[in-house]
Amino acid sequence: MDSLLTPHHYSGKLIIVEGIDGSGKSTQLQLAMRYLQAKGLRPSFTEWNSADLVKAITKKGKKKMSLTPMTFSLLHATDFAHRLVHNILPPLKAGLIVLADRYVYTAFARDVIRGCERDWVRRVFQFAPRPDLALYFNVPIDVSVSRLISGRAKLKEYEAGMDLGLAGDLVSSFKIFQGRILGEYAKIVREYGLTEIDATQSIGEQQQTVRRLIDQTLADYKPQTPQQSVA
Amino acid sequence: MGEFRYMGHAMPYLPKDGCTGKLIVIEGTDGCGRSTQAIMLKEWLEVQGYAVIDTGWTRSKLVGQAITDAKQGHSLHRLTYCLMYAVDLADRMEYQIIPALRSGFIVLADRYIYTLLARGVARDADKQWLRDLFSFAVQPDLVFYLRLDVKDLVPRVLEAGKMNYWESGLDMNYGDDLFDSFIAYQTELIEQFNLMTQEYGFHTLDAHQDPRTIQRQLRRAVTEYLQQSNYPAPGAAAAPTQNLKSQI
Repeated sequence: MDSLLTPHHYSGKLIIVEGIDGSGKSTQLQLAMRYLQAKGLRPSFTEWNSADLVKAITKKGKKKMSLTPMTFSLLHATDFAHRLVHNILPPLKAGLIVLADRYVYTAFARDVIRGCERDWVRRVFQFAPRPDLALYFNVPIDVSVSRLISGRAKLKEYEAGMDLGLAGDLVSSFKIFQGRILGEYAKIVREYGLTEIDATQSIGEQQQTVRRLIDQTLADYKPQTPQQSVA
Repeated sequence: MGEFRYMGHAMPYLPKDGCTGKLIVIEGTDGCGRSTQAIMLKEWLEVQGYAVIDTGWTRSKLVGQAITDAKQGHSLHRLTYCLMYAVDLADRMEYQIIPALRSGFIVLADRYIYTLLARGVARDADKQWLRDLFSFAVQPDLVFYLRLDVKDLVPRVLEAGKMNYWESGLDMNYGDDLFDSFIAYQTELIEQFNLMTQEYGFHTLDAHQDPRTIQRQLRRAVTEYLQQSNYPAPGAAAAPTQNLKSQI
């Protein structure tokens, strides 16, 4: 019954990355995409919270600080459903490789920490297909914070869980919020069998592991010719 | 009786106690006269001295307009359709319905989750998924279902304007043209409402009747319920049979 626990039957492959902000997962996925492209494959890419349908709503809600744990979670679900229907399922059914930066596990972690029921969130996302490879980039909070602070102008409010009133300043709030998310991820990794990667390693070392795992995942994969993939 | 509770899964972070208000729902398909009845009932309750707020789908600040806009386009899928309505309800639940119930108001809902359960099933969404999705909804105290046959629905809808794309379920290819699709889709919705009648304990009212008769039945049932549940009656009750000025 649970689609996330049973393999999908599409001819394509779904590869996803998860991890807290600053875990380096996006970098790793970009490098993995280059790897696949160099092999002559044409992976398609999709990322969390990017559907036109809901982007403006989320932005407005964040600006007015009117989002509640429930509406936030349901907007994530709407975003995901939209991308699933428009960006994920068509290439998967057509036999292509889909790379997703964050997947439903992000909602399972964040929305639960925000106060939604663990079981409810899982049921809402029940329509999601199980990825063929789900990589979880595990990193301690301090590492992720220093990466984020050195790489970006400033932390974002919702990413730091400022809506939860955990702490007065962004950095402390981020640490508390992301720390709780790490704890939630630990449960998810066990429950759904995500493959854990030590994200404190160098980028090169991690990418080696990622590529090896991708090769394993694609062992039984029959690439589509460009003509087929266009149609 | 009348104790505040959720349909199923809750919003755990919201305090549950102290909700002394009542949630009254009027359900039914398009063109059954539901909104007219809701407006009349609200006015009558207010004349009695009851504080009432009314609510209905797509009235949330967060996504009300966005749903209307999305329905102009062609990118909605049954999943996103149902999920956007769920956002709409969640937003109203937290900013309007629960605060009003906590303040002791009567909340009068022109349609509730049952409409979405019916529409979702009519769009082939998984029944259990729909129930799980909307399980954060507060359990209504009373649900009225204005029941109408599809053949009686058609002239009413045509009189009021025209058959619209969504009310005809055209997104689901129910029929060859607007009319056929409308009939097939609305038949399915009515079937779903009928199936839910027992499960959710609807008070079914025959919507073929004269609107004044229906309104009298609604008032009687609401009065009985409020008395039974010891809902505090307003201090100065007005004359029970008040002439209603506005009947939209």
